[in-house]
Amino acid sequence: MNILPQPFGIHETALRAKSRQLELLASNLANADTPHFKARAIDFKQVMGQVQQDALKTTDTRHFPLGEDAGSADGVKYRVPFSASVDGNTVEMSVEQAQYGKTATEYRASLMFIENRTNSIKRALRGE
Amino acid sequence: MSISNIFGIASTALNAQLVRLNLTASNIANASVVAPSEGEAFRAKRPVFQALLDKEKLNAGAQYLGGVKIHSIVDDKTPAPTIYDPTHPQADANGYVYKSNVNEVGEMVNMLGAARSYQNNVEVVNTARELMLRTIDIAKT
Repeated sequence: MNILPQPFGIHETALRAKSRQLELLASNLANADTPHFKARAIDFKQVMGQVQQDALKTTDTRHFPLGEDAGSADGVKYRVPFSASVDGNTVEMSVEQAQYGKTATEYRASLMFIENRTNSIKRALRGE
Repeated sequence: MSISNIFGIASTALNAQLVRLNLTASNIANASVVAPSEGEAFRAKRPVFQALLDKEKLNAGAQYLGGVKIHSIVDDKTPAPTIYDPTHPQADANGYVYKSNVNEVGEMVNMLGAARSYQNNVEVVNTARELMLRTIDIAKT
């Protein structure tokens, strides 16, 4: 019996995608001084779009509702820099820092949604 | 998992920036060294960074795919400036001594760059740690 097929909805996938994004941004920041390094980031539109397609493709009750690796599915793309640098490095410190801050905030938001959900499920179980 | 990878990636960057900072310190310390020949003159050392993107090149279990490493340390190829000083104990037959090719102003700028990059990566670790702690806290609610 499966009462709650997807207790956390899209946030589970979102959290996985966000943590992958944080990892890529950390890698970009680490290689800010590496010649010829190309900055990479996740295309969320593609990753989350895949999730929705996968959800539609579950045609049997025994199918898992979301692909286990839906969040870590590739969607990694190279950044187009605002201004090219001579050494071929496309990491732009300000862009990466801003993105890192944004993604960290979005990660916190997803965490909060999951926390709220666990709280309400608990309350339902207690019958309050 | 991904968040714990960030610690590995950031630590490779901290390590690389620290090597760069060390080289800068060494260059500045040797800025006024003179030598009796062009070949013996001190040359500024420069780190060459390389991204760790190849899975095969990593040690098994090491979690720093996407980090950075010091590929090699190369000498600055700028010719060593010569100074005519026949009274100098290290002067050659023609009375010349060879100074190191360290550009002190350039080294100071390099030092600031390395320090800023280091701080940047410390900040990355701080944020990742905070997010990880909050994720663990879900289990407590």
